[in-house]
Amino acid sequence: MFATRWQPFNDVWSEMGRFYDEMNRAFDRMGYRDRLGRFAPTFPAVDLWQDDDNFHVEAELPGVALEDLEIHVSGENQLSLKGTRKVPEIEEGTWHRRERSYGEFARILSLPQPVDADKVQATIRHGVLTITLPKAAAAKPRRIEVKID
Amino acid sequence: MSQLVEKKCEENLCTAETTRNGATYTPRFDIVENDDGLVLLGDMPGVAPEDLEVRFENEHLIVHGKVAPRHEGRELVFGEYGVGDYYREFRVSEAVDADKIAAELKSGVLTLRLPKAEAIKPKRIEVKSD
Repeated sequence: MFATRWQPFNDVWSEMGRFYDEMNRAFDRMGYRDRLGRFAPTFPAVDLWQDDDNFHVEAELPGVALEDLEIHVSGENQLSLKGTRKVPEIEEGTWHRRERSYGEFARILSLPQPVDADKVQATIRHGVLTITLPKAAAAKPRRIEVKID
Repeated sequence: MSQLVEKKCEENLCTAETTRNGATYTPRFDIVENDDGLVLLGDMPGVAPEDLEVRFENEHLIVHGKVAPRHEGRELVFGEYGVGDYYREFRVSEAVDADKIAAELKSGVLTLRLPKAEAIKPKRIEVKSD
């Protein structure tokens, strides 16, 4: 299992970091092979958004209910997401296409800043999981008043 | 066996150009055929039932889902997938009863049932013996 570290997009430093990021993501996307040599891409894909007060981690999980998911926050900024996508109950028949995948999945993500683990909320709407993680007070941006004399 | 021929797509996109800016994705589908008809299951996360359009005309089944923006006023820190509309078209050469096609969208999964026309349903012939 990969632990994903978020690198801010617009960091002054990150020209090089971004390149490594791109490479890592490319490899991530290509996935790795399991013991039987089967293709196993990273699932689910995750987007990270932020505003002044919160991080919003979003993943597309169609057909997954909240009770099929385990979400944990540990060590200030580690978010772990575990769950199962159940095989749908379909009457017997001939399968012409099988493009969707099922089974267990797990990911660990490192958020760029500490979060307040007690106030994390998760919702699923139309198959999209959103986890809202309030930034820890120390990590919030502060507006500095500039005084003119 | 029925033949479901997918329209050839380039770079995973198979829709006419839109007038609106934004990406369009090809949703993944499972398709099962049984004696009653075809069952199609498609992943369309983020689509509300009122934003989904399903049409069947000239043997073509067209599925188009619109996705409303969900992150206004937020900044993307890191992205592994894009958000956009869904579009997919199947040619269904099997004779289906177009009036009885049923669609259900639940937690981002679209279930389409295309019942076969009565005329082509397999019929079991009773064998009599005396």
